[in-house]
Amino acid sequence: MSEQVTIIKPSGKLQFINLREIWAYRELLFSFVKRDIQVRYRQTVIGGLWAIVQPLFTMVIFSFFFGHLAKISGGGVPYPIFSYAGLLLWTYFTGAITSSSASMVASASLITKVYFPRIIIPIASTLTGLLDYAVASIVLIGLMFYYQIMPTGQILLVPLTLLLTWMLAMGIGFWLSAMNVKYRDIGYILPFFIQSLLFVTPVIYPSSIAPNFKFLLSLNPMTGIIDAHRAMILGGLPINWVSLGISSILVIVILVTGAAYFKSVEKYFADII
Amino acid sequence: MSDIAIKVENVSKKYQIGENENFPTLRDKLMELPNRLFKGPKKTKEFWALKDVSFEIKKGEVVGFIGRNGAGKSTMLKILARITEPTSGKITMYGRVASMLEVGTGFNPELTGRENIYLNGAIIGMTKKEISQKFNDIVEFSGVEKFLDTPVKHYSSGMYVRLAFAVAAHLDADILLVDEVLAVGDAEFQKKCLGKMSDLADSGRTVIFVSHNLGVVKDLCNKVIYMQNGTLISHGLTAFVLPKYLKSGLSNNLDGYRSLKDLSLRRNSTEKSLFRYSGISILNSKGKKTTIIKLSEPFSIIIDGVLSSNVNDLKIGMNINSQYGYPLFNTFNNYVKSTFKKGKLSYKINFDSNIFGPGVYTVGLGANATGIVDWIPEAIQISISDTDQKGNTVNKDYDGIVIYPCSWEKI
Repeated sequence: MSEQVTIIKPSGKLQFINLREIWAYRELLFSFVKRDIQVRYRQTVIGGLWAIVQPLFTMVIFSFFFGHLAKISGGGVPYPIFSYAGLLLWTYFTGAITSSSASMVASASLITKVYFPRIIIPIASTLTGLLDYAVASIVLIGLMFYYQIMPTGQILLVPLTLLLTWMLAMGIGFWLSAMNVKYRDIGYILPFFIQSLLFVTPVIYPSSIAPNFKFLLSLNPMTGIIDAHRAMILGGLPINWVSLGISSILVIVILVTGAAYFKSVEKYFADII
Repeated sequence: MSDIAIKVENVSKKYQIGENENFPTLRDKLMELPNRLFKGPKKTKEFWALKDVSFEIKKGEVVGFIGRNGAGKSTMLKILARITEPTSGKITMYGRVASMLEVGTGFNPELTGRENIYLNGAIIGMTKKEISQKFNDIVEFSGVEKFLDTPVKHYSSGMYVRLAFAVAAHLDADILLVDEVLAVGDAEFQKKCLGKMSDLADSGRTVIFVSHNLGVVKDLCNKVIYMQNGTLISHGLTAFVLPKYLKSGLSNNLDGYRSLKDLSLRRNSTEKSLFRYSGISILNSKGKKTTIIKLSEPFSIIIDGVLSSNVNDLKIGMNINSQYGYPLFNTFNNYVKSTFKKGKLSYKINFDSNIFGPGVYTVGLGANATGIVDWIPEAIQISISDTDQKGNTVNKDYDGIVIYPCSWEKI
């Protein structure tokens, strides 16, 4: 049997993530996900139903104010299902960036006591919300029955948009969780940032209502993803592949730079957290 | 395969001490910007926690790291455990490394004992398969079978620590890094932990052990690394190195007074504590300041402190530990709620009958109340010589820590 050899020396300035090491620690990664899922709704009365309540109530409020009063169009489908199909992914996305941004600071006691590749902490916190996504999808199925919307084969592409959202949440999570270790301001900026982001993402409205700002909107990677997600689920709508392509490129840039930034500052975490 | 387990070559570690270094906000950084442009980079103080440390540890050795607070032993352990990086130097370790810097790392209060065994096991580096195989042993060792499915937030602190240690104790590794984790739990459980530790040591594992409890180091370790101010002073067999360390404490303070203003003497103290110790002195029976007290000679300790405002509540305590770090006893001020005025505050503690045996004793000081935490684990050392004031030497068969004035009567 070959002996394990560990070499410790100062690392250079620019670092790239070691995928092999993350793979070696996959059991720990899943332990973190499992812990977060187990703990999440403990001591709540309605438990896992919270996963449904949040997007459902938001949908009801949006439908009343934006759909009913402001008469925003659902781009060809009834407004409630239009907004729910967007909110489903949006809720996952904002939840994932919120929890991953706070994840490093929340794990301070681990970081100062035991070694493992730190990056699995924000990764784990972006995975937990996927269960909520799955649970909340049940309501979507109900809505589709109610409005008698027949999905087409496009629905099989939904995992692609989910994958892109996950990658984006990870990328943003890497950036923000690492910055949050040093600058706790992130915790205050984020809720405001998320709130503002909602208005420049076609969750409430279809991106077709702002044709003049199409290019600006597509600089927000969530634009192409949310539009595509909705189109894939609700069948009839066409998928805007150009917009989705722009989003994918942005996602990859954010993810790769986020991982590189995280890795480069990782070594200071235990000293300053 | 070589017989070396750990090779440390010229390792140094630098910390930057700047203002507000722990939680710099963006505002601080932005405010700094104009200064940076006009005055060049902000000067931060540098602090070398480790300076050019090199040593080798062979397989199967049990090595104790000793030294005063700030000597660099914990920093060394953190670097070996890969929690923080060295600034320069290189370390090579051969074999699977596991660290126990704390018991129960990552325990989640909401999860049950069973769930925490799996979680904590994964965190300290066990595979799921390994944990399942050892699950019954872990539960048996911890003695919490009945509460396995109860969230650990309902556990007593004793049960919590027992379960946490049980998981760590079943971690299989070639090199174990241990930091004072034994300083928790009741006496009986500590004994059990020590037993487990010596089993691990006997089974051929390499163990690195950092502790303030020299008694445990003496019992457990065959070699000792003695550090001071970030450098390695001595490395060798316990029997040779430990006495060097004990002697060093004495030579530092022969004049019987020590200023306690230095923040590095403190542990877990509140940064803006309303009360701070400022000095400590030891007086012999003639009222002269000295750290050397004769056998059975009455003496007193004077502690000085400063209150930065009036307080209605102040608990001051002192404890005395044997040279191996065993706590002997503690004593407190006449703790009644009354007003303590802003300014200097001193107490004199009289030891009218001195029953300490020959040896070196460490005095620790603590204070706490609302807005106050000041803790100095090693404020000063007292050495009790082996002759009394009349020149009589202690009985050559003497053994123990105290000389208790009992009388013998033949019946």
